[in-house]
Amino acid sequence: MSGRMLAGGEFVCESLQAEGVDLVFGVPGGAILPLYDHILKYPSIHHVLTRHEQGAAHAADGYARATGKVGVCIATSGPGAINLAVGLGTSFMDSTPIVAITGQVTRPAIGKDAFQETDVTGVTIPVTKHNYLVLSAEDIPRVMKEAFHIARSARPGPVLVDLPRDVLQEIAEFTGYPETVDDLPGFRPITHPDPVQVEAAAEMINAAKKPVILAGRGVLVAQAEKELQELAEKAQIPVIPTLLGIGSFPGNHYLYVSLMGMHGSAFANLVVDECDLLVNVGSRFDDRIIGRVADFAPNAKIVHLNIDRSAIHQNVFADAPVIGDAKNSLNALLPQVEKQARTEWLSRVDDLRREHPLVVRDFAGKPSTQYVIKRIHELTNGQAFIVTGVGQHQMWAAQHYVTDRPNSFITSGGLGTMGYEVPAAMGAQMGMPNEQVWSICGDAGFQMTLQELATIRDENAPVKFAIMNNFHHGMVRQWQTLFYDKRYSQINTTGPDFVKLAEAYGMLGIRVEDIKDVDSAIKRAQDHNGPVIIDFLVEIDELVYPMIPAGQSVNEMVEDPWTQQQPLGTVAR
Amino acid sequence: MTMRRVISALVHDRPGVLNRVASMFRRRGFNIASLAVGHSERPEFSRMTIVVDNVPESALWQVTSQLWNVVDVVEVMDITDEDYVARETALIKVRATQESRGHIVEILDLFRGAEVVSVSPSTVILEITGPTEQVESLLALLEPFGIIELMRTGLVALTKDEQVPQDGEFRAPALVGARPNRV
Repeated sequence: MSGRMLAGGEFVCESLQAEGVDLVFGVPGGAILPLYDHILKYPSIHHVLTRHEQGAAHAADGYARATGKVGVCIATSGPGAINLAVGLGTSFMDSTPIVAITGQVTRPAIGKDAFQETDVTGVTIPVTKHNYLVLSAEDIPRVMKEAFHIARSARPGPVLVDLPRDVLQEIAEFTGYPETVDDLPGFRPITHPDPVQVEAAAEMINAAKKPVILAGRGVLVAQAEKELQELAEKAQIPVIPTLLGIGSFPGNHYLYVSLMGMHGSAFANLVVDECDLLVNVGSRFDDRIIGRVADFAPNAKIVHLNIDRSAIHQNVFADAPVIGDAKNSLNALLPQVEKQARTEWLSRVDDLRREHPLVVRDFAGKPSTQYVIKRIHELTNGQAFIVTGVGQHQMWAAQHYVTDRPNSFITSGGLGTMGYEVPAAMGAQMGMPNEQVWSICGDAGFQMTLQELATIRDENAPVKFAIMNNFHHGMVRQWQTLFYDKRYSQINTTGPDFVKLAEAYGMLGIRVEDIKDVDSAIKRAQDHNGPVIIDFLVEIDELVYPMIPAGQSVNEMVEDPWTQQQPLGTVAR
Repeated sequence: MTMRRVISALVHDRPGVLNRVASMFRRRGFNIASLAVGHSERPEFSRMTIVVDNVPESALWQVTSQLWNVVDVVEVMDITDEDYVARETALIKVRATQESRGHIVEILDLFRGAEVVSVSPSTVILEITGPTEQVESLLALLEPFGIIELMRTGLVALTKDEQVPQDGEFRAPALVGARPNRV
């Protein structure tokens, strides 16, 4: 088959087109210029010009998490590429499929400390699943095919393709985009579990009197929500989602518990403390979940379903590991798991739920962050796409924005990247144009990436930003309050007037100082056909409870002192 | 309890692969005692023998699993508990006067696979190929003469496994294998 003579840059565009990519985020620059010249000829690929490469990476991540498709970001060599790195790290930790395309200095200049040269494949090894330095235009289609394949398969993650400027300019024969990945012997994901492992896991589940399921992002990635619910209902097992597993199990289901871990609900942590079997489906046992390993689920055997064999035994020893895709593993387990009632255990779980409720505490006049999130939850019927930053507001959003929609809760869990909330919300909104996207921000994180407001205005992405403004790094302040005797160090983050800022960017800005104005502001934002920034001036002395201090166990869990004073039954969950 | 593990890996023969492997060991906190790499029986792949020191029992599974996740690595085996042969070569420059040279040669005769490869008026260079223990014991005996320079290749190893993989077939690490005790 003879092909067309095309330039390397066109090879990239042809590849993106063949992968069905219709949206990319990026920033041009010297080395990547040839690609940007050719992309003009491919109108099916909409390029979003972010104001910073970090924004491009986070936007691609938000897009990928909301849609389940591979996100694509583009940057030039050197500074452009390194600016992507925090986004790649975020995607790597949270298993988001990303293909990052970077320019590189010309082949003869590599290694000569050329202008804007950085060893990008070297720099990004620890934050990518794999990366490529492409040294010939004719390799581009194969590399792109492999990059998309690796990014989306098994445990998803970012793959970076580094393209020297002269490779992008090189003319070669384009013979089409490969249909299959033919030569990747080092990438052989185990998608179907070993029957021996499944049998051992099923036996443990059948023998358990007090089992609990921990449901992670692996369920969402494998689209195994239905299978998870079937297993939970058949065997009557309560389900705890991880931060990234929110939406993998309906939040209004009677078997739904709530989040566990450092800022999980007290009752979820107590359920895990008492359980005799913990079935982890598609999560890696993050330290924010397990705390002190020796005291984690002390009475429980562990069944661990994960597609990434390196997640097995990494932080918690698995008595029954099952390596495979969550959907296939659950499907293999289902026929072997016995139908059981487990009434005694479920009534114990309900007792704990009643005794240790998650409460919303109100401060006179000023709204609390929890209250605002609760109202957003109610006024959106739990059906909005939520993107959060990192810190107190993130934990409260996770506690209170209970949902039954898969992939609708988008947050930087593993890396904890502040500033994620602005560009990621844009990416999510552009991927899901018909959904309402709320970005729940802290004032500190918002200021880390607010330059993307210009991009959001350009694209008229109608994101609703709810800034929980306490003029501080709230979570840092909380730690300094609790663990550093209130020695407050470098935490004041007073920013600009966010209402004026909204206006400066051509958006609607609303300020809320009184609790009675919360609802009307949320409704006004919902009714506004365009991006909105609501500046909620929230109480500063509100701490996230419960809290298990880092590296400790449920025995050291601190519940809200205020809740403890309330008579039982007076506060709703 | 920590231990020494011998890992055998088949990797793509491409620029940067050594960096990817070494980077994984470094960032996961595994301590490479020696790493030997060279051409394998297939032109597109190299074989690596990696000796890892001070591996906690709880991390046994991690070492092979993390290596397995490196896309350029196509086969990984922890061969420590397998039936395997292992050799290393050492070049040893020892201080040797006219009086001591004879003693050194006498010692050398006690070892299989050891010989003198170069002589100068004040030094000799010796070569030994054998299991690590044998190299270590020769070094101990030479210590009193004064070891000036030492170069060891690190361990190279092959399993005695008789199964011949078909073309295009690669071995994966055991799914349920090295089961560490509860961490």
